[in-house]
Amino acid sequence: MLSKDVESRHISNADPLEGPDRLGHFGPYGGMFVGETLVAAVEELAEVYERLAADPDFWEEFHRDLKYYVGRPSPLYFAERLTSAAGGADIYLKREDLNHTGAHKVNNTIGQALLARHMGKTRLIAETGAGQHGVASATVAARMGLECHVYMGSEDIKRQAPNVYRMKLLGARVVPVTSGTKTLKDAMNEALRDWATNVDTTYYMIGTAAGPHPYPKLVRDFQSVIGREARQQCLEQIGRLPDALVACVGGGSNAIGLFHPFLHDSEVAMYGVEAGGLGLQTGKHAAPLSDGRPGVLHGNRTYLMTDAGGQIRDTHSVSAGLDYPGVGPEHAWLKDIKRVQYVAATDEETLHAFHDLTRMEGIIPALESSHAIAYAMKLAAELGPGKQIVVNLSGRGDKDIQTVAAIDGIEL
Amino acid sequence: MSRISQVIKTRQASGGKIVVPYLVAGDPDLGTSLRLMHALVAAGSDIIELGVPFSDPSSDGEVIQKGAERALARGTTLLQVIDLVAQFRTTDPDTPVVLMGYLNPVEILGYEQFVNSASEAGVDGVLLVDMPPTESPPLAGMLADAGLDLIFLVAPTTSETRARLIASQCTGYLYYVSLKGVTGAAISDTDSIARNIGLLKTFADVPIVIGFGIKDENSAASLAKLADGVVIGSALVQKIAGLPASDAEDTEIEASVSLIGAIRKRLDQTG
Repeated sequence: MLSKDVESRHISNADPLEGPDRLGHFGPYGGMFVGETLVAAVEELAEVYERLAADPDFWEEFHRDLKYYVGRPSPLYFAERLTSAAGGADIYLKREDLNHTGAHKVNNTIGQALLARHMGKTRLIAETGAGQHGVASATVAARMGLECHVYMGSEDIKRQAPNVYRMKLLGARVVPVTSGTKTLKDAMNEALRDWATNVDTTYYMIGTAAGPHPYPKLVRDFQSVIGREARQQCLEQIGRLPDALVACVGGGSNAIGLFHPFLHDSEVAMYGVEAGGLGLQTGKHAAPLSDGRPGVLHGNRTYLMTDAGGQIRDTHSVSAGLDYPGVGPEHAWLKDIKRVQYVAATDEETLHAFHDLTRMEGIIPALESSHAIAYAMKLAAELGPGKQIVVNLSGRGDKDIQTVAAIDGIEL
Repeated sequence: MSRISQVIKTRQASGGKIVVPYLVAGDPDLGTSLRLMHALVAAGSDIIELGVPFSDPSSDGEVIQKGAERALARGTTLLQVIDLVAQFRTTDPDTPVVLMGYLNPVEILGYEQFVNSASEAGVDGVLLVDMPPTESPPLAGMLADAGLDLIFLVAPTTSETRARLIASQCTGYLYYVSLKGVTGAAISDTDSIARNIGLLKTFADVPIVIGFGIKDENSAASLAKLADGVVIGSALVQKIAGLPASDAEDTEIEASVSLIGAIRKRLDQTG
């Protein structure tokens, strides 16, 4: 049995863009690196998902929820004044910030809630950094009448008080995590411990396209609605495909959602923008693809921020949602095969972009998404007039106004 | 025959059960770990599981997490842990040592350097909790070539088909996880443990030890009856947590491993 598995791993990548293989590998990345207690749970999830993904009724239900509950499709908006300010290519924004709950995260939780229901699970758990995925999880749990526990680093609870209260209003229990660095990665460790303990009743709703197989695949599939809509909207509004796509990358779910439906369109360049923090050269950032190396964490092999001894390094970013030392395995693979270019925007560039978009377009972006805006403005100038760029505006920035005010020295 | 298999065989020949303590290397410092290892042998341990500290131990409960944090606060690295085994070997050529931890430090060091250094230092086996058999082939092959055992876990959630696969890949001993949860949690269902071990014994060629949740002589004795031996982790790490950060007195070292001596004694009495 084992030798056959290994064989299939090596012959499965005929088309490098058609991952993952049966065991969740994108080239050497991905896989199913979990403790034995959880293997049965992830295998069961993989089986259930494979079955449901082949069932048109499942997708019909998913798209019905996205239309009537989330408010999709989200518009593709031409940011005219931002384009003028950047002085080059046209900048279009894919408005995921207009989704119910204010970010792309809900596309995934709607899909995973359907999986949980099909599996007969009564209890949802989730990890969250900025709180957006926690809110999106608490939202679907409320809607389906499920118990919901959200693990959140105690540092992040301090940084993201409004989202913590939002989750509580929705009926979720927010569990503070005080181990390790007290941020997103530790929240994920704690969620994995809970899952191992309550594996019979509990569905673990991972918030990004990372973790053990099948999460990177199923989260990508749910988020790919972003790219499918954007592709269609480009054809209708511009009359052709865009020259470039830009999205921020923490775990990478909004980016893979935008990129995936365009992967075979070789004329479309793609840029994933990581959190450059205080600058890549300072080491104080959250950019494993730009300044990390392959390793294994949280169920998958991928690029990580790790020290020479294999310990996971502390990360830094102005945005809690990108403050994670790993990245989804499909991004690791797309980097290696050079289909996507991964770059970084610093905290400072990000804050400029945050203010620019707010003042020029009347849209307050999430700090996460502001990384993509920052790079897109640079890229627009480089590409020059007559070109088109689509930026994923993955979330709105209401949650961040306290952070921005504090940085600008303003007391609210 | 590997040193692990030899030791287990010898113990079983006299009708005894295997006692396997787990401690975190570098907790509270490497010098103390070395003294603890020798003290554990003196207390009647058959095999030592030496925990390699990792920043993100997602299969471990709070006690072992804290042990790892103490070790990492001192900057303990995988290479230092391997060197600790080499030092242990200078005076103890007989007691098998198994490195237990997570895959990332091994990946970052590189499989080849890991296997070579571990083998040279006198390590006997490796257990990586987040490396299931399906992901193990490259490393498994290198460990086998170097004569090191590769130990896997079987959990209460493991299907029979999968348990058969794991048993066929596992060398040295098979580690049965007594509960659904993390290290140090409470055991609630001894009947299902007995049932699962009974099934495992019908096809596993390697001895079976039970771990997770063994706290004292009583829990050790009741579980040892079901298998070939027991692993004691969190309960021991909890005792070690009470040691001073360095230069513990000999009496303090002895006191912190007394639990293992008590378990050895009880298992020898009850056979």
